[in-house]
Amino acid sequence: MGSLPRKTDIRVEAADPAELREQDLLGRVQAGEKKLFYELVKPYERRVYSAAFAILRNEADAEDAAQEALLKALTHIGQFRGDARFSTWLTQITVNEALMRRRRNHSEVMEPIGERQEEDGSYTPRDFADWREIPSEALERKEIRQRLAEAMAMLTQKYREVFVLRDIQHLSIEETAEALGISRASVKTRLLRARLMLRDMLAPGFGGAWFVRLPFEKGSKPW
Amino acid sequence: MVVNCEHVWTEISNYVDGDLDPALRAAMEQHFKGCKHCTAVLDGTRNVVQLYGDDRLFELPAGFSQRLRRRIVQEASSSGFRSARSLWMLAVAATALVAGGLALGNSAAFREPDLRSALAKPPHGVPANLMVAVCDEGKVFHVPRCKYLHKHDDENPRMMTAAEALREGYAPCVRCLREYLSAGIECPRPASEQPLVAVKPPLRNDRNGF
Repeated sequence: MGSLPRKTDIRVEAADPAELREQDLLGRVQAGEKKLFYELVKPYERRVYSAAFAILRNEADAEDAAQEALLKALTHIGQFRGDARFSTWLTQITVNEALMRRRRNHSEVMEPIGERQEEDGSYTPRDFADWREIPSEALERKEIRQRLAEAMAMLTQKYREVFVLRDIQHLSIEETAEALGISRASVKTRLLRARLMLRDMLAPGFGGAWFVRLPFEKGSKPW
Repeated sequence: MVVNCEHVWTEISNYVDGDLDPALRAAMEQHFKGCKHCTAVLDGTRNVVQLYGDDRLFELPAGFSQRLRRRIVQEASSSGFRSARSLWMLAVAATALVAGGLALGNSAAFREPDLRSALAKPPHGVPANLMVAVCDEGKVFHVPRCKYLHKHDDENPRMMTAAEALREGYAPCVRCLREYLSAGIECPRPASEQPLVAVKPPLRNDRNGF
């Protein structure tokens, strides 16, 4: 029962062609070839969008925030010194942009009551459904992706933000804490709760309910 | 070390991340062997991390990439234009500065005044606000009571500051204002004649013989 290999654990050596290409593009953009910026950020556009969406929960707002964040990154590209990964830098800019928009829209007052729950108490799983296997084709099905997105949307803001940065954006605990301005301990506590709440929401479906084949799926029409 | 279910649940996230000390990790693994519920929680938590970590989960809105690319190209072009415009503005400003500097350098206010007398020496150390008197036909300025001021009887002397007089090309009178003449000029005067204005102490050692 070893731990899952995380993307952040896989250190890509300098010889990686993708990284070399990123370094090359980055240098050229910083030197003034700004039209190459899209090529530079293209691998991360989905990541940037999902970070904005996790905070704003609205497609249009998320797209606006993602675009604005990337334009800010372009404007300040000269300030990127490579202290962090380029993707992390983009994510942090996006998170800041999305948080700023959310504050401007005062959307936090619309948060569920659960937002104000204390986070120092332990979390007790509500469901112990067996969910051992992930069907390999699960994510190919749009309705499954939809279920996952809906489950994440049901998380309260503070859990969703941490979960997205850590498990979707693959930021480290430290990077997540820095991006959100909270402590490492808070990141860990919120991450634990987010993961367990999602498991509670998803396990029964993945345990069988979503994958029971109905009679008409076998090729015989029910009528 | 023995752990119970509640302890396992509080550490299960760290367990999945591999962020536990070896003793606690071993205790949890021992617990999982005999606890079906905690094993189900562990499996589900790992599946959550794996599913949500998959890049296929989030679909970009239709046309997202095209719109993003368009905005970036637009911004890059406009910033390039702004940059070029800034450089152009900078060049214009520099040219204007140089031209202005040349114009000022050629103006009466900044250039060395053309003295009315070809024989006059440039003045030295005249207080700019010292009130002096000049005649339009004259070539030097004087203190108001200088007896050499009124040789042009048909004119009324004009009063002005020494700075203004200098700008008009007047030189200091070699008698009443000789202390302000440049070094090297020899203007002997009778020993009985006293200076008409209080002058500053000599600034140059070579004037000690005066």
